[in-house]
Amino acid sequence: MTDLLIIGAGPAGIAAAVTAAEQGASVTVIDDNHAPGGQIWRGEFHGKPWYDRFQKVKLNIISDARVIAVHGNAVVIEQGAAARTIHWNKVILATGARELFLPFPGWTLPGVTGVGGLQALVKSGLVIRNKRVAVAGSGPLLLAAAAYLRAKGADLVMIAEQVPTAALMRFGMELRKHPKKLKQAAALQLQLLGVPYVRDCYVEHATGKGKLETLQFRQGSKTFTEEVDYAAIAYGFTPETELAAAFGCEILAHGVWVDKRQQTSIQNVYCAGESTGIGGVDVALLEGELAGLAACRKPTKHLLPLLAREQHFASLLNQTFSPRPGLKHLCTADTIVCRCEDVTYQVLRQQPDSRTAKLQTRCGMGPCQGRICGPANTFLFGWEQGSVRPPILPARMATLALSMTQETSS
Amino acid sequence: MRAVIIGAGIVGAACAYELQREGFQVTVCDPGVIGGGATAAGMGHLAVMDDSPAQFALTSYSQALWRELAEELPPTAEILPCGSLWIAADAEEMAEVHRKFAYYSERGIPVEVLDSQQLAEAEPHLRPGMAGGLLMSADGVCYPPCAAEWLLRSVSVIRARVVRLAEGEVTLDRGSRLEADVIIVANGTAAVDLFPDLPLAPRKGHLLITDRYPGWLRHQLIELGYLKSAHSTTADSVAFNAQPRATGQILIGSSRQFGAVNGEIDPPMLARMLQRAFEYMPGLAQLASIRTWTGFRAATPDKLPVIGHAPGYSTVYLATGHEGLGISTSLATAKLLADQLMNRESRIPREPYLPGRSYSHD
Amino acid sequence: MIELFINGRGFFVKEGTTAAAAVLTCGTAQFRSSVTGEPRAPLCGMGICYECRLTIDGVQHARSCRIMATEGMRIETT
Repeated sequence: MTDLLIIGAGPAGIAAAVTAAEQGASVTVIDDNHAPGGQIWRGEFHGKPWYDRFQKVKLNIISDARVIAVHGNAVVIEQGAAARTIHWNKVILATGARELFLPFPGWTLPGVTGVGGLQALVKSGLVIRNKRVAVAGSGPLLLAAAAYLRAKGADLVMIAEQVPTAALMRFGMELRKHPKKLKQAAALQLQLLGVPYVRDCYVEHATGKGKLETLQFRQGSKTFTEEVDYAAIAYGFTPETELAAAFGCEILAHGVWVDKRQQTSIQNVYCAGESTGIGGVDVALLEGELAGLAACRKPTKHLLPLLAREQHFASLLNQTFSPRPGLKHLCTADTIVCRCEDVTYQVLRQQPDSRTAKLQTRCGMGPCQGRICGPANTFLFGWEQGSVRPPILPARMATLALSMTQETSS
Repeated sequence: MRAVIIGAGIVGAACAYELQREGFQVTVCDPGVIGGGATAAGMGHLAVMDDSPAQFALTSYSQALWRELAEELPPTAEILPCGSLWIAADAEEMAEVHRKFAYYSERGIPVEVLDSQQLAEAEPHLRPGMAGGLLMSADGVCYPPCAAEWLLRSVSVIRARVVRLAEGEVTLDRGSRLEADVIIVANGTAAVDLFPDLPLAPRKGHLLITDRYPGWLRHQLIELGYLKSAHSTTADSVAFNAQPRATGQILIGSSRQFGAVNGEIDPPMLARMLQRAFEYMPGLAQLASIRTWTGFRAATPDKLPVIGHAPGYSTVYLATGHEGLGISTSLATAKLLADQLMNRESRIPREPYLPGRSYSHD
Repeated sequence: MIELFINGRGFFVKEGTTAAAAVLTCGTAQFRSSVTGEPRAPLCGMGICYECRLTIDGVQHARSCRIMATEGMRIETT
């Protein structure tokens, strides 16, 4: 039995864990990655603001592990070929976000990845030196990822941001009210000197024999092509809410519903960070800290003004970088939308709703469980996303067969 | 002649298809999507069973009908003629294999007895040392929601719940009424909303499906102990049942629970079901599962469906109570009803399934 | 450096490399064939898209972006 179970060791999970441990709670952290830091601090947690405090507290960290099932106040986790049950008194869900992928012809070719996706692959050992890379889609991650890839030796062909120039200019004006963010943006620009940053521009299709070779971009009425080895393309983020749904928490369109103390609609189940709505690392850290304090029954009011300020900036980001409706028309009839089951746009657009699509076409029935095509279908067709049942992620059958009535450690 | 069919599951779809072929103008009403209830939740057996002579008659008649229809069904219906293998774990169950062999052979059903070694060769992932098995090579599996969709492809389907029934008329939840010469109630467990006296009980089941492992499993496998658990009409039970799917996935059941109120996964029951499966096929434990779900079978006390005139009505017919054999027996159910409507003799006796029967069980 | 085998051929990669990164770095573009036979490779890099599935040391459908390369690891694309 653990006092406080934290699921996810990205910024929100780290802030929650450190805060609660500093208050004396016995804290267990479960994380799907090899080391704490989440996607944004993958391999770079050392040197970040919370690192020193993280080093000083006592935490029970279970890495390379994911939650497969939830039952009462127990979770079943799978770690490699092992599975175990953990019981908790309170839990903080800090599962973060995943990238929003919007289908276009050729997006299934090897070499087309996410933006954070390519960055993660490079951080986990992919040698990118001298590879021709284009970064496209939407949002500030385009710049951060491009700068990272360039520093690792990639030949950055261009960065294509789908947001129209006027909207970017308005965002630039607002950015001046946030000096810290402005400074970050300026630093990235410096690192990307000489790399074309093309506004109002998106990838229309990708082609290649067996793997990505050519990208076709559109900017207004003109199109142009680039030969590349990798295309890192994503349209921002979508919150990872599946685990919260498995806990029975209420989920809204933008993420998991929480009150002012980060508690979800279920008592003793808290949620912090991107899963409550896309807000970026500074919101995630504050929400994590808030959740950590709230779970320890400590006051949290002093953090609310800070959080409000960060959330204001986040909503500005979300407004500016939301995908343009025109991206709904990139798919041709035979563009695959569900990559697990190879269900095409042509087949899906004939379906009246997501349940029928699932039953009649197998859309979303593969191992990603609709995590990739679900948000795309919401964007394309306005469909609601499906329900969540165990296994919350595909798991060995032995894990699901584990008795959940008693705590196990083998 | 106009027919209204309540329920767009496999039974309603089969009735709609059959009545349309008889010249009826058919409308199907269902508050959910086509094949979205027990039809989507079930395993999609196309099996012959011999729990009772009436069950044998209905399943064997229906299997022949499925064999004919398979020629026409689209590939999405995923008809897989994999055969069923009933697994005997011990000598007692092996005696049952021989009894079944005699029963089916006498009635012209293709069956084969496998000894311990033949069984191991037929299914290499079975635990060694099983006593043997009975191969029913004419059995198969299908993907029912797409079969239902195909059966309904030229039928008018209204997305609405029928809230009231009267002679020759149904009232929908949105207030409108539909008139019909014939009304067929084929909405599974929900039939009790319209016929509270029907002896139908929802019997919850769990299923799990794996990622794709083509060739890992060759036949539908069913433990002979299944008969004991499927027979029990009171206690919760699990029994090993695994199917290869056309996709290469493996579908694993089964559990039976009475009195379960919601459709959520019951993790302890799921765990029990899987542990039972591992006793038969230990290697399953290491395969990747991608999805689990539950469904409710419409169970009757004598384990036979309810097919025929609804008591007290002249225009209303019932087609429900198919428990775990709704897919298998849907086509024969539709034939029996059509024969009744057209005043024809049926291929098999209709009496065992009539709504007014005594429902006593042995 | 770690020696591993991709479709039977030996390669050396740095320690701390995931199986997915190793396969890409060693010049294999296609990780798996989709259900209709299309070539596929990692998309998300964080363990949710299941496009990086490989057979690793005999285990099918292994999420290679979540698994560290180890000495002597045998990787098969599908």
